[in-house]
Amino acid sequence: MISVITSLLIGAIFIAAIGQNPLEVYLQLFSQTLGNTYGIGQVLFKATPLILTGLSVAIAFKAGLFNIGAEGQLNIGAFASAWVGFTFVTMPWYILIPLSILAGFIGGALWASIAGVLKAKFGSHEVINTIMLNFIALALVSYLVNNIYPVPATIHTPEISPNAWLQRFDVLTGIFKGSPFNLSFLIALAACLLMYYLLWKTPLGYQINTLGLNKGAAEYSKMNVKKLIMLSMALAGGFAGLGGLNFVNGYKHYLELGFSENAGYIGIAVALIARNNPWGIIIAAIFFGILEYGGLTINTLVPKEIITILQAIVILIMISINHFIAQSRYKKFNAGTANG
Amino acid sequence: MQELPMDEILDIAFLLQTLRITIPYLLPSVGAVFSEKGGVINIALEGILLAGAFCTAVGTFYTGNVLLGIVCGVSAGVLIAYIHSIITITFKANQIVSGIALNIFALGITKFFCKILFNSSSNSARIEGLETLNLPFNPFLLLCIIILAISYITIYRTKFGLRLRAAGENPEAADSLGINVNRIRYAGVLISGALAGLGGAWLAFEQHSFTDGMSAGRGYIALAAMIIGKWNPLGAAAACLLFGFAESFTLQFQNSGIPTQFIQMLPYVLTIIVLAGFIGKANPPAADGIPFEKKD
Repeated sequence: MISVITSLLIGAIFIAAIGQNPLEVYLQLFSQTLGNTYGIGQVLFKATPLILTGLSVAIAFKAGLFNIGAEGQLNIGAFASAWVGFTFVTMPWYILIPLSILAGFIGGALWASIAGVLKAKFGSHEVINTIMLNFIALALVSYLVNNIYPVPATIHTPEISPNAWLQRFDVLTGIFKGSPFNLSFLIALAACLLMYYLLWKTPLGYQINTLGLNKGAAEYSKMNVKKLIMLSMALAGGFAGLGGLNFVNGYKHYLELGFSENAGYIGIAVALIARNNPWGIIIAAIFFGILEYGGLTINTLVPKEIITILQAIVILIMISINHFIAQSRYKKFNAGTANG
Repeated sequence: MQELPMDEILDIAFLLQTLRITIPYLLPSVGAVFSEKGGVINIALEGILLAGAFCTAVGTFYTGNVLLGIVCGVSAGVLIAYIHSIITITFKANQIVSGIALNIFALGITKFFCKILFNSSSNSARIEGLETLNLPFNPFLLLCIIILAISYITIYRTKFGLRLRAAGENPEAADSLGINVNRIRYAGVLISGALAGLGGAWLAFEQHSFTDGMSAGRGYIALAAMIIGKWNPLGAAAACLLFGFAESFTLQFQNSGIPTQFIQMLPYVLTIIVLAGFIGKANPPAADGIPFEKKD
């Protein structure tokens, strides 16, 4: 909360510096995003992939792993979803939709597993590897789109079969008129539920938590640490891989290069703010969704990049204040022991 | 497989092109060595390159002076590196997250001010280039060689270099010998910021303008080169030269049948292979990435 407010204040300085009224800008930002169903629909549409990449980073965090690779996993997963959609065009929807969802999950999971296996077998650091894999993934998807499945004069894949579409809510219900908010939001919510159930209600989740809190204890109690590392990484990649459904199956019906708009990296911020809690992730993702769509609504007053700046500042303040919180707790603890 | 056109590869123009491509990899890569030898991972290099390029373009545009432009670019690099230092060294926050956030920050702020100053979201106005200096040689190339030599000597042959390596290898021991570990680490990160800022300046002069997102992943490639070069400035430079050659090669021989995307992947794939220990042993400084906690 503190970080959000402070960053809005810093943002206000930027806005004032270019001669606009910060209050007016923020008022417009919030009224246009939350004041009508179209705005809300846009926000939830932007939040959908962020929930999934946030979950991805969070589940890896829980296992003591730092997944910077959600961006690459998201791209590979999205391509897999699209590939199923434009290849098996004759399949009925009740087969094609689950298949496309599954492909997204498996694509992301396999991609993340490269880093997971390297970590488990060779001990090579997942942070650098996932960063490298992001760039390899982007180049690979670019190759597939431009060279293997080219559509002349575009940078996107062929269109997927209508049987693979995840329908928009405005078509289904009539509300959120005009916004691309679609059924993949429900998949994101289901993923949150799955993560909650898995981590807090199952033995596997208990093991992953133990691994993250104390690797030594996990080894000592005869857990298969290598298997847990690989599994956690695969799950993380799977969640991120589902993030492509929102754009591919729910919105444009093809994969376009650059569609991910850094959602993988913003997922890190989402997980940090939510402290890896799946319900917190939904809220944090919606907050970033407000910023992202809000940026477009104020573009006439202030360049929309003010939002990118705000996002960065939120993250920087967020990680910095942890230091002060820890320090004040330490002081209190010391004072307590001195008195007692 | 068709025969490689050797005489064309050895062509002097091709060689110069390779070197020109290598410069913006080499400068941040050598910078990364300073930062990581001291124990701080600096992923913000990507953003520093971008901010360096932007501020160089702005500085050159408004003063009409190339040298003042370079000063602006380097200052911007040092400033972002300073923020990274405060957050990761003083506040002991996660170095990776801070670096990524600063990259996002640089992406946003350069575009923001590009719109305000040049009224365009994609590029700045045209700026003067290095040719206005009227030198018979490429000053950046010479600068690179000098910086490389000085860096190697500084890191391995001076008191400062010894302290820097101590801060990254065994900060507790360094501290017990009276070395101010955090101050030394600040120095390492700031040097990396200055060098990456200089790399950004080169990018701006090469294109005679700033364009949105023009760093295009070079900061990460620089980081990859440093790992492949095993945290040694000369090794890093050699890796940068290899990447420069590969890129130059694809530019020259567009019809060689190798898709450009595969050349783009090369640095990253190599890094993963090196990290897995398939080519010798990759030994980062022991305390790389770990904030230093001074015991009372």
